[in-house]
Amino acid sequence: MALPRYSVILVLSAGLLVWQLVAGWSGLPPFILPSPLQVWGRAVLAWEDGSLLRHSLVTLSEVLAGLALGVGLALALGYLLAKSITFERVLSPYIIASQAIPIVAIAPLLVIWFGPGMLSKILICALIVFFPVLVNTIVGLRSVPEELQELMRSLRSTRWQMIRYLEIPSTLPVFLGGLRIGATLSVIGAVVGEFAGADRGLGFLISVGRGSYDTALVFVAVFTLIGMALALYGVVLWLEARLLSWRQRPDQPTLILGEE
Amino acid sequence: MDTALHADLSEQTANQRTPILVVRNLNVTFANDNGGLRALQEISFSVFQQEFVCVLGPSGSGKSTLLRLLAGLLVPSQGELLYYGKPLSEARYSVGFVFQRANLMPWRTVLQNVSLPLELQQLPIATAIARAREMLELVGLQSFESALPRDLSGGMAQRVAIARALVHDPDLLLMDEPFGSLDALTRERMGAELLRIWQARRKTVIMVTHSISEALFLADRVLVLSHRPGRLQLDLPVSFDRPRQEDIRYSPAFGEMARRLRRAIAGP
Ligand SMILES: Nc1ncnc2c1ncn2[C@@H]1O[C@H](COP(=O)(O)OP(=O)(O)O)[C@@H](O)[C@H]1O
Ligand SMILES: [Mg+2]
Repeated sequence: MALPRYSVILVLSAGLLVWQLVAGWSGLPPFILPSPLQVWGRAVLAWEDGSLLRHSLVTLSEVLAGLALGVGLALALGYLLAKSITFERVLSPYIIASQAIPIVAIAPLLVIWFGPGMLSKILICALIVFFPVLVNTIVGLRSVPEELQELMRSLRSTRWQMIRYLEIPSTLPVFLGGLRIGATLSVIGAVVGEFAGADRGLGFLISVGRGSYDTALVFVAVFTLIGMALALYGVVLWLEARLLSWRQRPDQPTLILGEE
Repeated sequence: MDTALHADLSEQTANQRTPILVVRNLNVTFANDNGGLRALQEISFSVFQQEFVCVLGPSGSGKSTLLRLLAGLLVPSQGELLYYGKPLSEARYSVGFVFQRANLMPWRTVLQNVSLPLELQQLPIATAIARAREMLELVGLQSFESALPRDLSGGMAQRVAIARALVHDPDLLLMDEPFGSLDALTRERMGAELLRIWQARRKTVIMVTHSISEALFLADRVLVLSHRPGRLQLDLPVSFDRPRQEDIRYSPAFGEMARRLRRAIAGP
């Protein structure tokens, strides 16, 4: 297991080195291609004047709130749809159609309706997170073993006990798979929302950097966003490792497939 | 003193006379495209307290359906199911159900699987755990309490399932081919073990099995269902002394009864 970690660092350093060399030799001005060292310098500056932290926290709050809202709605609706064929028949065409709406196209609308503050970004995050979590929740609930349901019923379990002792633990692996996708998507949602109109956040910082030819700042914001998405992904992986330790581990877990 | 003893005795005989379960003119039809599938037809029998009843029959004869009815998981199309004279839907009785596959929750440890019925009854967790430990000891798996189901062999998993079915001291123990997936030797050992547990707990047991000798070895009575639609083909009392020894399997009476059962299963 030492090899992958080692190789990640190796590939990363090699990439940075190539970038530094290309930036140096090509003679491109920094506002087109800043070198890694210039980006680093700009990051230190943005950190010291407090702007990087401030904008990051705004985006992170939007992402987390949007994630919570989207996941909450997806769980509630997913439970209804999984339990009721009628509900599913009536609602699923609209839910699927809603996925055909490009989020980039309705983001400006949401900003018009809900203002340029955090609320519109939270809604966009929630929208983008909603679908994958919903689908996985339904798939998970539908695949709760019939025999275990009979066991619970033979023990005269209540509806709430059925949820707590059987449906939640049994659905958890599939649900967390959906959350893993949702967590990274929600970062995209926040940035899309901020592009559509905002005065704070990392998306806003990118707009500012682009407008003032401060390309290094754009890079700083982009890398922060990548770091944020990776961290969220990592949190879900950590949750999976903790909550799903009862499952057989594969010999070679990978990041993309997790420990399925 | 004398009268108390007398009352005690008459209560005991009364217990033996009032059946715990009465099944009367039971019919079950499952909906399907051509007029419904008849699974059980005009079944009537009674089960007395502490009785060990085995159910035999060809596959598709409605044995599992019968157990699911008794567990309250299914309502009959017609007929009566009474628990101490009350319809099952109104009676308050508890069941322990053992399925063909152990049917354990893979995310719970062995101990947590066994304590599940008590947790559902909302017993304090410490009590639940303590009683689950006792049951695990009874089935001889105390050293596996923190193992996960995936680490158990088939026979061990089935023993956990039996412990789980008994831990809440149910009024009725229902078993659907509990040893069906085990190899012959493990199966016989489990049968003997089940008998030992039953001897200690004296539950009313209804057990579906495919094995004639298992039924004769374990049961006070053997019911035979006919090919679909399941009708009661034979209701055979088995009166070997208890506790039973392995060697009754080789007695002439055993062989004679096995022959009768085999004929009944094969049908008229
Ligand atoms: N839920 C159900 N819906 C429709 N048909 C069923 C259902 N359960 C059982 N059956 C049918 O009823 C018959 C009896 O089934 P079962 O009780 O499982 O038999 P056995 O356990 O004796 O093999 C079978 O033909 C089976 O296909
Ligand atoms: Mg069956």
